Amino acid sequence: MNENFGTITPLFGGALIGLAASLLLLWNGRIAGISGIVAGLLRPAAGEVAWRVAFLAGLFAGGVLLSVVDPRALDVRPPAPLGMTVLAGLLVGYGTRLGNGCTSGHGVCGVSRLSPRSLVATATFMLTGALTVYFVHSGLGGAR
Amino acid sequence: MALLGPFLAGAVFALGLGVSGMTHPEKIIGFLDVAGAWDPSLAFVMVGAIAVYAPLSRRIVRRAAPLLGAAFSVPTRRDLDPKLILGAALFGIGWGLGGFCPGPAILALLSWSPGVLAFVVSMVAGMAAFELQTSAPMDIAPSRRLSVGGTDG
Repeated sequence: MNENFGTITPLFGGALIGLAASLLLLWNGRIAGISGIVAGLLRPAAGEVAWRVAFLAGLFAGGVLLSVVDPRALDVRPPAPLGMTVLAGLLVGYGTRLGNGCTSGHGVCGVSRLSPRSLVATATFMLTGALTVYFVHSGLGGAR
Repeated sequence: MALLGPFLAGAVFALGLGVSGMTHPEKIIGFLDVAGAWDPSLAFVMVGAIAVYAPLSRRIVRRAAPLLGAAFSVPTRRDLDPKLILGAALFGIGWGLGGFCPGPAILALLSWSPGVLAFVVSMVAGMAAFELQTSAPMDIAPSRRLSVGGTDG
């Protein structure tokens, strides 16, 4: 989709994400938190593997469909240098486990429930994210 | 058939991320760049997602049980602890540095970009480091009502 579609495509895309999260809740009774879904595979427990693998397989299947419909959606290059990208990955992985969630689990599902933990977590990661962009990307003349 | 639900949920989730442009780290950094050329897209994505999920999830959890499984596994903790805040703060720093959160990064593996692969491998390593640390005696105690792998998100 064209970025110039303004607010309509992000709203529509968001609605699809909300729909997907609702389906997972209705079907499996689970929160669609991507970091939690992935991390649950690292310490596999009985009954906790198949639905997670199915969700991730679906994610990739949706991605394959996207690459046909809208190839630009998957034309992705990390904007940061490799070392910074690796550090970012470590922080995202460790931080989402320590804080029990990411943009989907806290930011969408938890905020929807008005969970105090998720509201605070979302405000916190947005604040530190904005400060990081201010000092790293803007400060260095932009990796963009 | 049991796996159709989560499979479809994953597929629709991916379409939502793709349609809204969230697979592009430039758009994430643009959203976080409040002092620069601010890109509000991510805010609209969250508004769209919450506008659908908030009313639907409220209705869904009124059922006795999900379609499959005995009970809903929805977080009930309300306390704010240092781990929550420190974890979210670290996640935010990584998010701002790399421009990826977990969902878009995993989806972007299909770009076959080595940099995206490096991000996802280090993200999983970061998660594994946490799991190793907490599988030691000092396990995460207070999330009693949650099954294994239970989480806020």
